[in-house]
Amino acid sequence: MSDVLLQATGLRLAFGGVKAADGIDLGVMKGEFLAIIGPNGAGKTTFINMSTGYLRPNAGEITYEGSRITGLSPRAIVKRGIARSFQLPQLFAEHTVEQNIALAVASRDGIWSPLTPLLRPGYRDEARDLLDRFGLSAIAHARADALNEGARKLADIAMAVALKPRLLLMDEPTSGVAASEKMGVVETLARVLRDAQVTAVFVEHDMDVVERFADRVAVWSQGRIAALGPPQQVLSDPAVQRDVIGIERHA
Amino acid sequence: MRKIEPFLALLLAAAMITAAVTAPWLRFVLTIALAKGIAVIGILLLLRAGQVSFGHALYIAFGAYTVAFLAPRYGDAVVLLLLAAVGAGLLGLVIGLFVTRYRQIFFGMLNLAMSMVFYSLLEKLYHYTKGSDGIRVEIMPIAGQTLDRVAYEWWIFGIAMGLAFVLGFLIRLYLSSPMGEALAGIKTRETRLEFMGVPARGVLLAAYVMSAMLGGIGGAIIAMTSRHVTPLLSYWTSSGELVFIAILGGAGGVLGPFLGAAAYELVRIYAAASFADAWQMILGAVLLLVILFAPGGLWGMAARVMKGRAQ
Repeated sequence: MSDVLLQATGLRLAFGGVKAADGIDLGVMKGEFLAIIGPNGAGKTTFINMSTGYLRPNAGEITYEGSRITGLSPRAIVKRGIARSFQLPQLFAEHTVEQNIALAVASRDGIWSPLTPLLRPGYRDEARDLLDRFGLSAIAHARADALNEGARKLADIAMAVALKPRLLLMDEPTSGVAASEKMGVVETLARVLRDAQVTAVFVEHDMDVVERFADRVAVWSQGRIAALGPPQQVLSDPAVQRDVIGIERHA
Repeated sequence: MRKIEPFLALLLAAAMITAAVTAPWLRFVLTIALAKGIAVIGILLLLRAGQVSFGHALYIAFGAYTVAFLAPRYGDAVVLLLLAAVGAGLLGLVIGLFVTRYRQIFFGMLNLAMSMVFYSLLEKLYHYTKGSDGIRVEIMPIAGQTLDRVAYEWWIFGIAMGLAFVLGFLIRLYLSSPMGEALAGIKTRETRLEFMGVPARGVLLAAYVMSAMLGGIGGAIIAMTSRHVTPLLSYWTSSGELVFIAILGGAGGVLGPFLGAAAYELVRIYAAASFADAWQMILGAVLLLVILFAPGGLWGMAARVMKGRAQ
């Protein structure tokens, strides 16, 4: 049995004259944490959007556990075990944090029960467990639109984890998080994902985070993968340091 | 506040019954208020998803004309209420499949267009509908019992009250269920629902069908109470009236529509009696005051008072 969970082959997508994906070939291995780095506009988010059904590539295909998922809707892809979080957290603003997570938990059952409460013991307990694991218990009853950016990011990711995915794609999980909180947030995240045996792909701009948590790094440049390998090897590559990390440090 | 909602509902019901007993002419007004309150719960459902329908009078008219057309053949109020609810639900499903593809102003205006098409049909198909003359509805048996006029009116009032309680209770459960909370999610993060595997359009369609059924039930009660149906029931001003009541009552809980409907009907009756030429202006002023000083409507005001007392 192959160890490749997600395989992208020859992905191409252009917006007018801009090539957001220009022949992407990438395999995501089961159990790994794969970081995607690169300058703004390199096509990192586009890759996540294509992998989760939000965008359809002009050419190429994506397979997940050996089955083609190119062109499937986000809903169909979620049901296969791929979840995502967002660069700008997508929380239900008028709900509490606990309700947000509980709704994600309930969505696994299809949410079509009209007469039993969302915060029934089963969903509520699982939501509280997730809140606990993400260190969000203290703000469980706060409205989502009242949270700081770090808490919003964690809640957003917790919602994705509540779907019990086998593959989680995260778009800049630490952007907007205070520098002093960043490592703590990622430590929490890594622990939860490893415990749940979730394979993770994450777009990241902080090289310290990448170096510490990624098993492999893919460097994106102008819609292509410029380098791929272990962090120590990739991040010490002079070309990557000059063309990407130099830019990252100034981004 | 949610905990004392049932208590407040009982209090409002007691006040309505007392008013209907002490001033029998109010029984008619309050029955209409209950019927409109039931229909406005449907508006509340759509507001929960951030959508406003400017055409829900269509379902009220459909329910009312169902009673008018079928009363001679299936002349029992209970049967006709069921037929009106199911018929309006089916119509809501057909129209909902189309309008739930749209959001915001497009959703609102498409509903308005549908209700005006129905209004035109009721006006133009004179042979069947008697056009703007409307159709008279005779007093009908209730659960097989033939009643005199006063007993009949009391029974319709009681049925409206009973339905308000049962439907209000069921909608209250629904709104706090995963399905109801997902409906609220459409208002703030519809995209997220899709990425959770939840079909947002399906969630809205289900709410739309429910709102149509509530409109149909409200319309059936109005027909049984006023005993005369006209195309005006489907006119755009009637849809606006439902939105008016929803804002007046507040969308925070299922009691809001009934508070709003009772206040609306009473203000209208008293304003029309006291200032025959200016009652619309008084209603408009009331709505302005509510929007400016009580954006949560009467229900929001009640909630604030209760909260203040609790502290």
